[in-house]
Amino acid sequence: MNIQAPALEYGALAPILIILAAAVIGVMVEAFLSAKVRAPIQLAISLGAVVLSLSQVWNLRGSATTTAAVNSVVIDGPVLFMQGTILILSLFAFLLIADIDAFAAQASAVPGSSEEARALESGRIQSEVYPLTLFAIGGMMIFPAANDLITLFVALEVLSLPLYLMAGLSRRRRLLSQEAALKYFLLGAYSSAFFLFGAAFLYGFAGDVSLAGIRSAVSGGPGNDVFLIIGMVSLSVGLLFKVGAAPFHAWTPDVYQGAPTPITAFMAAATKVAAFGAILRIFYVSLGGAVYSWKPILTAVAILTMVVGSVIAIAQRDIKRMLAYSSIAHAGFLLTGVIALNQEGLRASLFYLASYGITTIGAFALVTLVRDSSGEVGDLNRWIGLSKRSPAMALIFSVFLLSFAGIPLTAGFIGKFTIFTAAYESGNIAVVVAGVLSSAIAAFFYVRVIVMIFFTDSKQDTVTVAIPSLYTNLTIWIAAITTLALGLFPAPLLDFISTFSTFAR
Amino acid sequence: MNPTNYLYLSAILFSIGAVGVVVRKNAIVVFMCIELMLNAANLAFVTFAKINGNLEGQVMAFFTMVVAACEVVVGLAIIVTIFRSRRSASVDDASLLSR
Repeated sequence: MNIQAPALEYGALAPILIILAAAVIGVMVEAFLSAKVRAPIQLAISLGAVVLSLSQVWNLRGSATTTAAVNSVVIDGPVLFMQGTILILSLFAFLLIADIDAFAAQASAVPGSSEEARALESGRIQSEVYPLTLFAIGGMMIFPAANDLITLFVALEVLSLPLYLMAGLSRRRRLLSQEAALKYFLLGAYSSAFFLFGAAFLYGFAGDVSLAGIRSAVSGGPGNDVFLIIGMVSLSVGLLFKVGAAPFHAWTPDVYQGAPTPITAFMAAATKVAAFGAILRIFYVSLGGAVYSWKPILTAVAILTMVVGSVIAIAQRDIKRMLAYSSIAHAGFLLTGVIALNQEGLRASLFYLASYGITTIGAFALVTLVRDSSGEVGDLNRWIGLSKRSPAMALIFSVFLLSFAGIPLTAGFIGKFTIFTAAYESGNIAVVVAGVLSSAIAAFFYVRVIVMIFFTDSKQDTVTVAIPSLYTNLTIWIAAITTLALGLFPAPLLDFISTFSTFAR
Repeated sequence: MNPTNYLYLSAILFSIGAVGVVVRKNAIVVFMCIELMLNAANLAFVTFAKINGNLEGQVMAFFTMVVAACEVVVGLAIIVTIFRSRRSASVDDASLLSR
């Protein structure tokens, strides 16, 4: 018997393959090199791989839409833009990971044990975090590019499994971090099971696992509509969990608070891009024909997400929990772009994801700087009067918060404006009204933090703003400048995105 | 036998798993319930492969088994770590974060 090897389009897959190859090399480094030299080598491999992969994405930008690996992956405009965004965000995440002593010396050691004390004394860190991050990036790059349900599920797990582990690697407050990992893992696996069950019923409905096959079955095939509804609902539960949409948002604040802050930054920014990439592709490409079945439900979820995120954030006393609820609210705003279901909505979503991602990385980078003797200080009450200690950093943090709030002259305003415009033009007035109202509520707690930082006198406290080292400084300044630049001159990026905003069908 | 019956069985198993995750307290048992849900989905895939008369569902079932095995590795690592530091695998005890 003669079996022909399938053709893999290595050129189109190069950005993904580079990242995954670097991750495997990273595992080898962990196995064969001595503990002292691992961390700098891992950083060099990771940064090199991300830059190389980014250059491959840039080279592919003008090429026509292709499918690769026997139709299981599609490389089209939105995919390339999202892969580029994920890579740029990962670059900054790596700088944060490298910079701060946020990671446990030995994650397996029991907190407080002599084993842990010895590991800390030896000056090691758990440098496995680099290959884990690379695997997660690989999964994130495949997730929006997946062209069938099998690839989609495998990519979802490849991006999730490393994140579960990385959430538990914090150096300080180990019990909190382990608890975050447990919660993230159990709820993440739970949602994956829903995703898989939904995928099974969509396959049962369409008789085909490819997204194109599902599209043709949705737009008038012989399929059983009950299977379609069960499949759509279960699949959406799995995806909405990943982006932290209400009522599936319960894990977000706990995991964001417990995970090491560089990982929180990575998770908040890059996972959102990947997960919304997949959501946009599934709803725009595959399920577009069944829009009247899912639109009311998704509209309700979007409104609920925006309101829950904005209202509960007011009551938070921890900065990372507050930013977590803010990210939930932003997931709601982004769902508006999915509901719009037009090219304008896709373009606005891509812009929103890029600008939100870079602002988020910057904000969490700044959170790592506010410290006392025992590590980062999350308690908002102890942030009072921080501008006295570091005016520049307080000012930059305000820029990030104003961008989250969507105040004009920042990237957040342009993002919200374009995405609400797209939803309005497609006739979804209710979701736009809810979005504007919850933006107003959200503005309240962002401004409250700014008032606390600038206009409240500080009590005597031991909180300091650490002098940022080169990597963190670079991340914060680039994030701040990008946030302002995209707010003042959004046209170049919006025009650039326009050339990318058509899904292959 | 009518293959639709397997779909009912799959839905029942999935529901048992989904309810189990919510009501059980031990992290290991919760995790086993999640595995039950994954296997219920697998049963649905294989049944649909039979109904639709193509192999994609069976291929998907193999992928699911591999992914579930990876999930066990990661999950047990996390659960064992938390058990070693707390001497308990109860998900109710892990509640430092919500305070």
